[in-house]
Amino acid sequence: MKTYLPAKFIVERDEARCIQCQVCVRQCSFETHYYDPEDDEVCSREHNCVGCHRCMLFCPTNAITIRENPRDYRQNFNWRPEVIEDIKKQAETGSILLTGMGNDKEYPVYWDHLLLNAAQVSNPSIDPLREPMELTTFIGRKPERVELDPVTMDLKTILAPQVELALPVMFSAMSYGAVSLNVQESLARAATAAGVMWNTGEGGFHRSLQKYADNTIVQVASGRFGVHPEYLDAARIVEIKIGQGAKPGIGGHLPGEKVSEDVAMTRMIPQGSDAISPAPQHDIYSIEDLAQLVYAIKEATNYTKPVSVKIAAVHNAAAIASGMVRAGADMIVLDGLRGSTGAAPKVIRDNVGIPIELALAAVDTRLREEGIRNRASLVVAGGIRRSTDVLKAVILGADAVYIATSALVALGCTTCQQCPTGKCAWGICTTDPILTKRINPEIGAERLTNLLRGWSLEIKDMLGGMGINALESVRGNRLHLRGVHLTDTELEVLGVRQAGN
Amino acid sequence: MKMITRKVYPKPEVCMACRLCEVYCVVAHSKSQDILKAFKREKSRPMPRLHVEEKGPMSFALGCRHCDEPLCVYSCLTGAITRDPVTGIVAVDTDKCVGCWTCVIACPYGAISPDMNRKKASKCDLCFHLETPACVANCPNEALVCVAINEN
Repeated sequence: MKTYLPAKFIVERDEARCIQCQVCVRQCSFETHYYDPEDDEVCSREHNCVGCHRCMLFCPTNAITIRENPRDYRQNFNWRPEVIEDIKKQAETGSILLTGMGNDKEYPVYWDHLLLNAAQVSNPSIDPLREPMELTTFIGRKPERVELDPVTMDLKTILAPQVELALPVMFSAMSYGAVSLNVQESLARAATAAGVMWNTGEGGFHRSLQKYADNTIVQVASGRFGVHPEYLDAARIVEIKIGQGAKPGIGGHLPGEKVSEDVAMTRMIPQGSDAISPAPQHDIYSIEDLAQLVYAIKEATNYTKPVSVKIAAVHNAAAIASGMVRAGADMIVLDGLRGSTGAAPKVIRDNVGIPIELALAAVDTRLREEGIRNRASLVVAGGIRRSTDVLKAVILGADAVYIATSALVALGCTTCQQCPTGKCAWGICTTDPILTKRINPEIGAERLTNLLRGWSLEIKDMLGGMGINALESVRGNRLHLRGVHLTDTELEVLGVRQAGN
Repeated sequence: MKMITRKVYPKPEVCMACRLCEVYCVVAHSKSQDILKAFKREKSRPMPRLHVEEKGPMSFALGCRHCDEPLCVYSCLTGAITRDPVTGIVAVDTDKCVGCWTCVIACPYGAISPDMNRKKASKCDLCFHLETPACVANCPNEALVCVAINEN
């Protein structure tokens, strides 16, 4: 069948600069560039280009420009190029449209409608270069009240297990198989260097990364891949994954061709077999069932580590979160509408779930109203792009945030959404042994550590400007935020006042 | 401590076979030292003095190892290839090289190439005219490392 889909990108090659070195030919995993020996010329198959910009960045003479192909159909707000092309693609394939990354549609990004406060006259701002600033965050259940021995002043209350973070940012779950081992090693090394956590996802905990166990969160998800006693014992936090922001209610499927010998061993499944994570956890059909698994894990790990429960931010997130806390979760994770994935049906990614800002505010408010906010740390994920998003999340009530796309972007990702193809030219979302070498864990760890350092300096700067020297003092203190361009209802859900008020 | 010499080592586990090392090797040994001029205008463009070897996922940039027992030196008919007794650097004197390619055959690593344009043996000179060898400085994935070998 002849395809009616036009090329999405135009490859412009400046012949005056092209030296026929063919670096682009070798770097493109989608075979966009090819060398014609007869004419000693590098040419392009523009249909193949996914706009990942790998060739552009690696061309030693800047001879390549990748441009979006202007598909100038007759202008129509309803029948935009993406809609037309999605229909054509389905007419040609008869299948579900599969995509990667997070929701890219024009839903409001509430972070961009929230403004931070600063100290002026009535209270002094602080210069973080001259005074110590505190970003340390403890993840875990906090006691109702603290009792001190009246004589020695020692703490009498027995605290639940706590995990210390140097800054309130952790790397979100990305499994071995979805991303390469080199990506996981970069994350693990950076988390260890920066004093935060990384998350194995549900693909098991590779033996070569066990030395980073002190900074590792392991996941127990619906497929239960790689879960065994040492797996639970090794981790600092065990996370039960119920749902994911990019595809709430949808399971996972790692195709057999990606299940290499190493992936198979780590996941504890036969080599070459499809790794299917069912949509639900088949032993969890209620909050009571969840409590059973939470306590089974606590028993198995002798109550030494916090147990986390992660859900996608959906309509009833607040009520569900309340149930999760009551089921014994020490940390609850909300993954919002813009959360990313290695593969999801496009319609699900783009239409299911709610924005994380609203879910966060609603959950924090609900848990406070019920007097159980102290029982669990609240972590949000899905579309955290910069340090301001982190600080705004903390002010809305989060204890910490998870980042994944930002971390991958730091490693080179340009969010071209080709993750499900397994051909990631940046060597990130692939298990192809030729492509995975493109991530050098040493460089990767350095880039990620730099990102976290930069964010941490910025958060300290913003806090200092607000006249506050500890992140703990702004956590959930929504008076430090003001909203712009928001409706009364949105302001009410966010618990934030209108700017000027 | 004085640097006597340096050596370039490949890291096959992170070499992605982009061959930018070869491109920049050519530039570093060109007349103009300018990438566009070297490739577009210079009449006798030098050959890359190292080569990326590739088989499946295995790849690495292969250059002269500057061996302690240099078979190329032993085999050279005209005495054009010599090994410096202090630094250990194996170098070709192009004035003496007659292009017989005996060294090319003798090298067990395939690190010497016949430059057909100039009729001279072409091999890595460790770029002592640059602070860092061009291949190392321009490897985008740090798959080549330069190690300084100091006195003592």
